[in-house]
Amino acid sequence: MTALLHVDNISKRFYGFVALDDIDLEVQAGERLGLIGPNGSGKSTLVNCICGALQNESGSVHFDGHLIDGLPAHQRTRRGLARTFQLPRPFHSLTLADNLRIPLLYTVHARSGPLRSTGDLDARCHDLLDMVGLADKAKRMPRDLTQVEMRKLELARAVAAEPKLLIADESMAGLSHSEVGDILALLVQLNERGITIILIEHIMSAVMSFSQRLAVLVSGKKVADGKPEDVVRDPEVVRAYLGE
Amino acid sequence: MGVVKFSTAAIGVGLLVLAFAHWLKLDYFYFAGYTILQFIVLATAWNILGGYCGYVNFGSAAFFALGAYSTVFLHKLYPLPIPVLIVIGAVVSGMVGLGMGYLTLRLRGAFFAIATLALAVVLQTLVVNWEYVGGSRGAYIVSSDTIDIAGIQINYIEYLFVLMLALAVIALATARTIERSQLGFGFAAIRDDELAAETSGVPTLRLKLIATALSGAFMGMAGAPFPYYISYLQPASAFGLEYTVNSIAMPMIGGTTSWIGPLVGAVLLGTLQQYATVTISSAVNLLIVGLMLVGFVIVAPNGLVGLVQERLCARRGS
Amino acid sequence: MDISADLVINAIVAGLLLGGFYAAVTAGVSISFGMLGIVNIAHPAFIILGSYIVYFVNINLGVDPIVVSIVALPVFYALGALVYQVYYLSFEKRGQESLRGLAFFFGLLFVTEVSLILVFGVDYRYVKAAYIGPSIHIGLIDMPLRMLVPCVTALTLFGAIELFVTRSFLGRAIMAVSQDQLALELMAADPIRVKRVAFGLSIATASIAGALLVIIQPIEPSVGRDYIGRVFAICVLGGLGSMPGTLIAAMLLGVIENLTSTFYGPSWAPAVAFGFLLLTLAFRPAGLFGR
Repeated sequence: MTALLHVDNISKRFYGFVALDDIDLEVQAGERLGLIGPNGSGKSTLVNCICGALQNESGSVHFDGHLIDGLPAHQRTRRGLARTFQLPRPFHSLTLADNLRIPLLYTVHARSGPLRSTGDLDARCHDLLDMVGLADKAKRMPRDLTQVEMRKLELARAVAAEPKLLIADESMAGLSHSEVGDILALLVQLNERGITIILIEHIMSAVMSFSQRLAVLVSGKKVADGKPEDVVRDPEVVRAYLGE
Repeated sequence: MGVVKFSTAAIGVGLLVLAFAHWLKLDYFYFAGYTILQFIVLATAWNILGGYCGYVNFGSAAFFALGAYSTVFLHKLYPLPIPVLIVIGAVVSGMVGLGMGYLTLRLRGAFFAIATLALAVVLQTLVVNWEYVGGSRGAYIVSSDTIDIAGIQINYIEYLFVLMLALAVIALATARTIERSQLGFGFAAIRDDELAAETSGVPTLRLKLIATALSGAFMGMAGAPFPYYISYLQPASAFGLEYTVNSIAMPMIGGTTSWIGPLVGAVLLGTLQQYATVTISSAVNLLIVGLMLVGFVIVAPNGLVGLVQERLCARRGS
Repeated sequence: MDISADLVINAIVAGLLLGGFYAAVTAGVSISFGMLGIVNIAHPAFIILGSYIVYFVNINLGVDPIVVSIVALPVFYALGALVYQVYYLSFEKRGQESLRGLAFFFGLLFVTEVSLILVFGVDYRYVKAAYIGPSIHIGLIDMPLRMLVPCVTALTLFGAIELFVTRSFLGRAIMAVSQDQLALELMAADPIRVKRVAFGLSIATASIAGALLVIIQPIEPSVGRDYIGRVFAICVLGGLGSMPGTLIAAMLLGVIENLTSTFYGPSWAPAVAFGFLLLTLAFRPAGLFGR
């Protein structure tokens, strides 16, 4: 079975600093993959290369059977690749509902099929906000939200594009225990609806309970890739986190 | 209110203004009014790229002058009716805007702004050295006192006034339509967070190019009749800094997030400047504009429209 | 056209001297734009303001232009710090630098120019100094002192800034703040204060650049605008934040501009800098020596 996402030997340097060194990664449709690694190991660079915010210098990225190298980020999103940002980046001059309207207008709307009416769009915005528990704040502005609410908005916006694969980049950083649980439950729910998810996180309990498979990045290289319980016992992984 | 209703209302207001002008029977009203209407078009045009998309254009004067010099160029070849010249001015300026945008819009907003400055100087240097359109000595465009429209003799200045009035209505209607459309949402997303917009599926480069081309086109349209208005066109006046500073100050003072802002800014500032130029001096008048720009940008970032909106919100309660 | 080796060599030499001066003019922007990321398009306005202050004191009190500018340094530094404070509170803090910050600086540029027109009028102004007039002759080469002195002063200024940035604590803090503001905060240095000092220094250089400008050429209020393009062209071409790159780019621009001016006439000179800028932005935005 061909993988939904196939990252094939990609490398990326910044003026002599090697951020990614020959990374190989496969994600099957419907999978829940966890991606961990110390700070600066290249996780965000990898996400940026997959999503098109950066271009990899060698190797290739295949998504849904197609080569997506060189495609700008917006086209990758239209093909079903969505992501959230480590620090939420809402559209601060638009209401929450309008924040979701943007991806709806430019992805779902742009795909083939009859043009949806404004009523349809409004309903869909409402449904998405409802899914993350923000329906009553539809007319509010992003600056009125709490941290966890912003993360939820970020996720809702990514889901609005009806992605096949969602990369959740540190969506739980800085949240309380119960808030982390909220976000985790949401991600599981999305996965049950058929969305493949790559979870990038530092909170080990969340990563362990969520992931079916775990990959570890250290200094731009992938050092482990397998079942979570096996990976955490891998001596190289332990060394990377705890030092020699 | 849909496009049709708004346009009809706008045309209605325009006709009222025209009727008022007729009743006044003052040539000065047409001259001053033309300038203010011209600023409405320039301010609205600037705002499409600046206020809606967040990309600052320091070269408004260049796009304006391109329209004016297209007219001069064609005038020497073959006299064309002004509405045709307006369309040509739009095409020329729009294409230059598109070209420049293609070269520089992939960079950060600050680089784009500097590039627009560069473009303005390069274009001015080219025109100053181009003898065919008069170079630094300027060009004379002579027109008769009256013009024959469908058998009726109309004052030339009134004719120009009506043309600029029509342009202002078109510009405002276009801006308003964009604001409420899918395009407008895309622009707002780019302005708020370009990376997030791109990630949400917005084709940011394409939208920015559309904004630059539209903005440039309207500025060129505003410039096309200018040689006929002023009769003697010099690069220093066509590329004058007052066009650039006003096209930025008027939307920033009026308010950049809606079509009303540039209108309010242009009418208020334009009228103030007419008054100041006549009573004090044109240099002091420009100083006032500059000071107001700096002041408003610091104190009232959302302009006059923003201040009014805040007042209304406060009264309604949150 | 008679292209003699004499003419070409002298045009190149003059271009190099001019380039040294351009480097001094750009040094300030290299700090504010290259290191702090602030697009201060009003920088040339501060330079021309410096020029007029120098002119005024020189004409009325007969003091040497460069001496005046050195005395004026603390005033310009304070002005720079003040402008940064306003900029920070109004825009950087609110995250609105891109649109409103630019409009702010543009407004400053404009207000300065118009104010100078109101006070001094649009006539060209000159300063008087012992080294304006005589030239040095070395073989074929003719070096007017009014270009040599500014060039030497400029290179000294440039070297001083480079030393400061690489050797002093404050200088390295400025480099640090341009690369990682958070790390600087964790090291218990106040990034806002560091930035304010840096911006103040950037405007202080404008004082000296202003004196050099009025020695090299007569001034009138709109001269500043020509320099916007030059300054940013050099910054971008040299690679933001790279001081050696800025120097080389400045020399390159000086030479090409002067050659164009000599062989095609001075009315094409402004287009050279701005044309360079456009081409660089379009094809190699990282500059020749980019970081």
